[in-house]
Amino acid sequence: MEIIFFYLVALVAVVSGFLVIRCQSPVNSALGLVNTFFCLAIFYVMLHAPFMAAIQIMVYAGAIMVLIIFVIMLLNLGEAERKRYTHGIVWSSIASLLVLFNVIFFIKRGRVTGAEGDITTFMVESFGHTELIGKAIFTEFLLPFEIASILLLVAIVGAVVLAKKEV
Amino acid sequence: MTPEMLSLSNSPVWFVGIMLVKLLVVFTVVMLSVAYATWCERKVIGHMQTRLGPMRTGWHGLLQPFADGIKLFFKEEIVPTDSIKVPFLLAPMMILVPALITVAVIPFGPDIQVGDFMVPQQITDLNIGVLYILAFAGLGVYGIVLAGWASNSKYSLLGGIRASAQMISYELAAGLSIIAVFMLSETLSLREIVALQQQDLWGICSFVPNWYIFTQPLAFCLFVVTALAEINRTPFDMPEAESELVSGFCTEYSSMKYALFFMAEYANMIVISALAATLFLGGWSAPLNIAIFTMIPGFVWLLAKVYFMMFCFMWLRATFPRVRYDQLMRLGWKVMLPLALANVMITGLVVVILQ
Repeated sequence: MEIIFFYLVALVAVVSGFLVIRCQSPVNSALGLVNTFFCLAIFYVMLHAPFMAAIQIMVYAGAIMVLIIFVIMLLNLGEAERKRYTHGIVWSSIASLLVLFNVIFFIKRGRVTGAEGDITTFMVESFGHTELIGKAIFTEFLLPFEIASILLLVAIVGAVVLAKKEV
Repeated sequence: MTPEMLSLSNSPVWFVGIMLVKLLVVFTVVMLSVAYATWCERKVIGHMQTRLGPMRTGWHGLLQPFADGIKLFFKEEIVPTDSIKVPFLLAPMMILVPALITVAVIPFGPDIQVGDFMVPQQITDLNIGVLYILAFAGLGVYGIVLAGWASNSKYSLLGGIRASAQMISYELAAGLSIIAVFMLSETLSLREIVALQQQDLWGICSFVPNWYIFTQPLAFCLFVVTALAEINRTPFDMPEAESELVSGFCTEYSSMKYALFFMAEYANMIVISALAATLFLGGWSAPLNIAIFTMIPGFVWLLAKVYFMMFCFMWLRATFPRVRYDQLMRLGWKVMLPLALANVMITGLVVVILQ
């Protein structure tokens, strides 16, 4: 039952991923990408990670993609502009195919050992997924977390500096 | 011994059946509320402006929503030639669905016993309930943005751009104001948040329940204001400011597609009211812990609170003029966001001190 559902969602994810690169209009591509994010969120739910699913939708589909669509809408590429970039399609598809085979090769080379470590499905269900992530972020991985937030702060300040004519 | 919770694993047939009944009932109630919210809004605003509002269809205009519905249903469907077809058709659905989907986690009563099992009076209890609502509230912006862009008209585009800027800005403050609530509750599940609010007020006053509006008045005010801005209600209805933008992002829409935008607006209002009631006003629990009040079933209280909040929103619409756009953005970033952050900090400090 679960595997059928997985394949169904995976099919939708792959098809919408394909639409991202095949759609004529950039906004339609962006919508395809949103759909892919949704499928990823469903996978997170199936992996007993509802918090990740919510964050996936909230951050990627709800914030980042809205900004991207916003930008695309304002730029509104013309027909001539679109034609200019068609020659790259062949090379980029060859490159992405190579990367795909590379990834499959490396995944196949590894050996599946089974679930290990303290965080088991039972623990996630009894203790709560959100609590586990929160605890990990604010104790074990505090330094990377803080570094990431400083990185974001720098990006925000940079955006303000770029946008303002006189600082 | 309390009976087992009904789930898909212990009785699939019952589970699916009861789930379908719950879905149908909740959907019907929400849709009927949407229909009568339009009538009610016209009536309330009419009386506040010393008019009568709709009077002709039915007794005091009670059949007006159906008349409007039938009228919109038979209107000609116009899709502008220069519009971008797929997003143009998708946009009205993309605005209504996130609004309706969030009702799924609102609890409307205590668990009841059906046969051998306990059934929660809630479509589904997610342990990330609040995050789920925030996530889907953030998706509502797509419908408006796409509607504005796909119509390929300057008024629609301006409305869409205004809407997205406004909704992104106010989403942050809305999210932060809710954070203060679940810092106190230490859970994201709406069912448990309601259960916590049924306790005594601050553990001392036995007949007043511990609603979070008493402990978090600032968060409640921030939530209501930012939520109003997020669902584009007056005084924050800049995206459809009819005096400057015809009617904003839905200018080019007609017939049932326009009706979908209209329904989405009221569905959003219901969701926001239900959320405010659940997070701050004790959800389905009675306002005083006395026998006469607690005898009334939970969904009556929840609906009463929801309708009260909606009445307040209509009252606001009748009272306030529209905020200017730059004032709106300044309010969002320079007042609401710092206040919400400060509220989170103070709440954290108090929680640590009290421990």
